[in-house]
Amino acid sequence: MPFLTGLYAFLFYFAALVLVFGLTYKVVQYSRTPAPLKIPTTPAPTTGTGVVLRMTREVVLFESLFRGNKWTWIFGWLFHFGLFLVTLRHLRYFFNPVPAVIEFIQPFGIYAGFAMVVGLVGLWARRFLVDRVRYISRPADHLMLALLLLIAASGLLMSFLLHTDIVSVKTFFLGLYHFDLRPLPADPVLLLHLAMVAVLMIIFPYSKLLHAPGLFFSPTRNQVDDPRERRLLAPWASRLERP
Amino acid sequence: MAKATFEVPVLSQYPDVPAVTPGTMAGSAPFLSKPDFQAPLGFPGELVENWQERAIEKMGELLTRYRSLRVYLDACVKCGACTDKCHYFLGTKDPKNMPVGRQDLMRKVYRRYFTPAGRLFPNLVGAQDLTREVLDEWYSYFHQCSQCRRCSVFCPYGIDTAEISMAAREIMDCIGVGQKYCNEIIGKVYKVGNNLGLPGPALIDTLEGLEEDVFDDTGVHVRYPIDQVGAEILMVTPSADFFAEPHVDGLIGYGKVFHEAGVSWTFSSYASEAANFGMFIGSYENMRRISQRIREEAIRLKVKRIVFGECGHAWRVGYSFLNTLAGPWDFLDPRYPVPQHICEFTHDLILQGRLTFDKGQNDDKVLTYHDSCNVARASRMGDTPGGQFEIPRAIIRATCNHFYDMDEETIRDRTFCCGGGGGLLTDDLIELRVKGAKPRMEALNNVMQEKGVTHMAAICAICKSQFTKVLPFYGMEMDQIVSLHQLVSNAIVLTPGADDGDEDEDDDDATDSAPTPGDEDEDAAD
Repeated sequence: MPFLTGLYAFLFYFAALVLVFGLTYKVVQYSRTPAPLKIPTTPAPTTGTGVVLRMTREVVLFESLFRGNKWTWIFGWLFHFGLFLVTLRHLRYFFNPVPAVIEFIQPFGIYAGFAMVVGLVGLWARRFLVDRVRYISRPADHLMLALLLLIAASGLLMSFLLHTDIVSVKTFFLGLYHFDLRPLPADPVLLLHLAMVAVLMIIFPYSKLLHAPGLFFSPTRNQVDDPRERRLLAPWASRLERP
Repeated sequence: MAKATFEVPVLSQYPDVPAVTPGTMAGSAPFLSKPDFQAPLGFPGELVENWQERAIEKMGELLTRYRSLRVYLDACVKCGACTDKCHYFLGTKDPKNMPVGRQDLMRKVYRRYFTPAGRLFPNLVGAQDLTREVLDEWYSYFHQCSQCRRCSVFCPYGIDTAEISMAAREIMDCIGVGQKYCNEIIGKVYKVGNNLGLPGPALIDTLEGLEEDVFDDTGVHVRYPIDQVGAEILMVTPSADFFAEPHVDGLIGYGKVFHEAGVSWTFSSYASEAANFGMFIGSYENMRRISQRIREEAIRLKVKRIVFGECGHAWRVGYSFLNTLAGPWDFLDPRYPVPQHICEFTHDLILQGRLTFDKGQNDDKVLTYHDSCNVARASRMGDTPGGQFEIPRAIIRATCNHFYDMDEETIRDRTFCCGGGGGLLTDDLIELRVKGAKPRMEALNNVMQEKGVTHMAAICAICKSQFTKVLPFYGMEMDQIVSLHQLVSNAIVLTPGADDGDEDEDDDDATDSAPTPGDEDEDAAD
């Protein structure tokens, strides 16, 4: 077994564990922390169905961001929607046989890769060009964009110029399911691409990428506007009721 | 124009986003609370010895108490959507008044003590120890947030800076660093019953005077009862309504509406305050204790309904929190929501055709309407979302012939704060208040130039007080701000009651005056 194969196998086992356990920990933490007061940003839906619709608009269309800033919205949405399609496209490396729907979106996934890059470049440009965004940007914010851009660029590079042996790549990942280590092609671009993806998985639960699960737990967005009809009482607050 | 020791912003026709100018408001801080004001609220009198440790401990506790705080400190991606949304940034240019800039003051401490990334790589993620400098910065900039929630409208994750500034103030109170204005006022509520420290006898006197004034004006006996056991409705209103202009004109309007509705109602001298500054300082316990007064009075006075007067943050606490803090309200009449807003009450009567208006009485005014932030973004009126925008406007249209809205970008859920909300309505913060009012003043000025608007109506005691003070700085008149129920009061056509022309008829036993708990304090305050 070549050294590289072993190293990358370890890297992805480790990254997957960190991602799954780290994210589970945060999601459990969020769900166990009570929201003791009704604080939806109003006007807010008065029914559960309404909240599902509001949340869907936020997740799919970035409704609030659209109202907030059109440039950030267009670049942000391009990037996220691109990332979504590209991720779907990559599922072909993890399923055998490949589901029909994943087969179907393959060509769109390629364009989506370019959308990702355009979105990321736009978002990064804002960090330099808009003085307010420049002021709030920390090194971590630049590095996150660099990481994502590196992943997208190395991926596109492999699609169009420096092809790698994707059949072997798929065999490698399918092998990981049953601890059967198959050789990974030693192409530098592939190795960079995979290493960066593993880094992204590892930092996910410890960085601002927590905005993804966080949105679903945001009380200003996920609460039903019915405080006069239903009495909300957090467990810690109910202890104040009996003196 | 009012005299200012600082530069009053120049109003422009088109809203502009200023260039970031760090540090312009670094020197702004409200007066520090004294030990006497801290104790009644359960806070240490001055900075405790191991304050750093205690502050981090408190932050840890709040992180387990409030999901909002936990999620919002984690979720921000620094996208910048909020950066041009805060009226204090637009008015002061200080980047720490951008919502994310303000949040980051706490986020950097959170990262340092509560996240692996901040413990290991503080510089990379912008994490910082809680030093004395950071604490001073907290005190300054968390008292430059009016908790108006405008930022939360535009944030893709709904991050609400108000939640963070409330938590910061709670942490500071717990280590003995309180704000004088808020904490002194809460003490007055506990001691006397209201923010202004008006004792029961003074209220009774004022209300009797009002009854005479209204009778002289209209020839109709409109009653302004207080502490009447057995009244149908308990009216809870901000104490400014009892005497200050233009607030009291609104209160006169409430009484006229109740008169026309033919319901019995009463104020309470013990719960003579709708405002709840416990919210501003982020203290659930104090907010609850203040709210409980309303419950106690509803029980003692045997009322069936509770109605709130014109007050923005009070309506947030009333509508969104009162059921949580002082409910359940199962002993009240289930046919009505608890509490109801006076605007809901008046609007219902209008819909039923039970109020007659002579709109011509308001023809000396061309009106616009200021959506108060807590009503707009943290509550509702009526049955449908957005009723908090439509119901007050419907009342204005029913009582006035000339009404124009300000620019759409500055009203409804995008409304700009008056600049004095969130516990900042104090003279030691006048520069902040004047500068923070700039976006609203701009929109008002535009509609004055374009539509000939002369007056702006509001339904919030803080907004009314703030505009009264701030309008002159911008070359406008202080009386251009009016109460919504002042317009109702002007236009309503009163029906003479049975007792009109039949003086000195005593009320029956059902509405006898009742003694008030907390009477012993009144002598001291007299």
